[in-house]
Amino acid sequence: MRALRYFSVAVDSIVAHKMRAVLTMLGIIIGVAAVLSTMGIGSGAAASITESIESSGTNLLTVSAGGGGGSSASTLTIADATALANSKAFPDLALVAPQYSESATLTQSGEEGTYQVVGTTATYADVTSLDMASGAFFTTEQVENNERVVTLGWNVASDLFGSAEPVGQTVRINTNLFEVIGVLEEVGTVSRSGSIDDLVYVPIEVAQGLLFNADRYRGSYTVSTISIQVASSERIDAAELQIEQVLRLRHGLGADDENDFTISNQADILEMASEVSGTLTVLLGGIGAISLLVGGIGIMNIMLVSVTERTREIGLRKAVGAHNSDILLQFLVEALLLTTMGGLVGIGLSYGVAFIAGAIPAMTFNIVIEPWTLTLAMGVSAASGLLFGLYPAMRATQLDPIEALRYE
Amino acid sequence: MMNTNGRNGRNGQTIEQSIPVIEIANMTKIYQMGETAVHALNDISLTINEGEYVAIIGTSGSGKSTLMNMIGLLDNPTSGSYRIRGTETSELSQSQMADLRNKEIGFVFQRFNLLPRTNARRQVELPLFYAGTPGGKAVQMAREALAKVKLDDRADHRPDELSGGQQQRVAIARALVNNPSILLADEPTGALDSKTGDEVMGLFYDLHQQGMTLIVVTHDNDIARQAKRIVTLRDGKIISDERNGHTVLHPAEWARGGDELVTNGPVKGEAIAISLPKEGERVYESA
Repeated sequence: MRALRYFSVAVDSIVAHKMRAVLTMLGIIIGVAAVLSTMGIGSGAAASITESIESSGTNLLTVSAGGGGGSSASTLTIADATALANSKAFPDLALVAPQYSESATLTQSGEEGTYQVVGTTATYADVTSLDMASGAFFTTEQVENNERVVTLGWNVASDLFGSAEPVGQTVRINTNLFEVIGVLEEVGTVSRSGSIDDLVYVPIEVAQGLLFNADRYRGSYTVSTISIQVASSERIDAAELQIEQVLRLRHGLGADDENDFTISNQADILEMASEVSGTLTVLLGGIGAISLLVGGIGIMNIMLVSVTERTREIGLRKAVGAHNSDILLQFLVEALLLTTMGGLVGIGLSYGVAFIAGAIPAMTFNIVIEPWTLTLAMGVSAASGLLFGLYPAMRATQLDPIEALRYE
Repeated sequence: MMNTNGRNGRNGQTIEQSIPVIEIANMTKIYQMGETAVHALNDISLTINEGEYVAIIGTSGSGKSTLMNMIGLLDNPTSGSYRIRGTETSELSQSQMADLRNKEIGFVFQRFNLLPRTNARRQVELPLFYAGTPGGKAVQMAREALAKVKLDDRADHRPDELSGGQQQRVAIARALVNNPSILLADEPTGALDSKTGDEVMGLFYDLHQQGMTLIVVTHDNDIARQAKRIVTLRDGKIISDERNGHTVLHPAEWARGGDELVTNGPVKGEAIAISLPKEGERVYESA
């Protein structure tokens, strides 16, 4: 290995000019640290989004009233939900939970607040895997008997009851008294419809009839959404197709009519989220790459200065028998060594940044530095050394030894 | 005088029978300066034999630097032939010239040209690095070369820890380390005071006594007259090639006033100032 011999020459030169070497490396150090940290932020955010989506169940399909065409009245009814819940006809649809939601005023001994009230069935607790802080979610019997029972979200319970135990007490929704039978565990995450902590759950027909006097369609109460848990993630596409066919048939839609409902898929949302975070990663990585490029140009600049400064040295080396290739390799190896050292320091720095960011409580996600980005960073550092070291090295080889020896 | 000559058999009449190291025949170098062609070297022929101690003198613009670059294989002539130890060099590639420089020529420069922040031993090892000499052997050879210039106790010192004279001796050790055919010195005392300059010239004297072929390019007649043969250039031509015939003197003897030893050479003193032009004086124009 001929290049190996230049390693010690390069080390000598770097040791002889420590300050210049550090300044040269600084560009690459900052560039690599920037690329790794920003890409780490991207993957950390992606991991956080994925985690929160996966926690709500990836086998979940949500059918919402209204299609793309912007139809005026809801045509999605409780009868549709009942039809889909037929497990003999549709074995893929494991759990079906219709919801009807509207906002209402809750009062309890002077405390008052407006909350989103969700009318649903007992199945809902299983579909969305709700955890109870105290008491229970309502049962199928309670739903069928239209009992005036309510399960409160964590925030609602603490707003109305403070530190007192709500279970067993009563609360007024609009003008009607309800018995509190359970309080949900604090969730904290924010979904599309706001935080679960701010919701109030009652049996569905109580909401549709007693509370809100919901519209009917073909004699059946309309619903806002139907949440469906599919038996397995492999069957999601098939389930979606089945739901679409059944609902189109039930709603009497012709071949040319658009759907008057929308089916959304957690996997789709996940895909979209990872697409967004992927774009984010590329964008941030791109910014980092630009700083790496600037760093590389800095290297070229300082290497050019270094070649000029060492003109007499180059002349001498040529006089004592250095070939042009010797000079070229010497400067290339030096540039390569500087950039790879800079790359390593930059990797260290990015881990430092990730550690510090992880220690900040306000950060909702961690900076995740993936191993492949380390390889990328080292590769880019080395490549920038070769790329930006080449021109100065060529300049060095082209020096005329006679002129170089006379250089003042 | 004859005793000195006979000591190593390389001086006096024996030179004529020696092996030629450098053979230059009809060498011309033309630089194109815009419209005009400058004949830096104009049909020069020169043979230098093994063991000779030659000074090349001339004013600036006389062509002595160009001749030095040619002898040092740093440049190609426009026409003519240059053989070093029998190898024709005028058609060689840059890379082949680099190899010949490494093997055949030891350079000593006016301003030493040592690498900054590098100790003496590593300075001396530099030509061996490009010769591909294995590390252990290179260290040994560098040590021997430093011993030759009596600096073996300064092997770990860096240039800023050495005096000017010591730095030039490191440079001479570097020139000697690869056992070159000739030592080519360009104003070797130009950056030194007269005392350390004498030290360096004393070292050259010793090397000459040991049989080294020495070529010193200078404008300083005092330095030139310590050589055995003086080649004077003017306008790219050799105007005189003087074999002094006197015994090469150790500079210490010069200092003591060894004039009585010189039988037929010019005498140190004002006579030289008259007979030979000094740097910057365009004596030949009025001559």
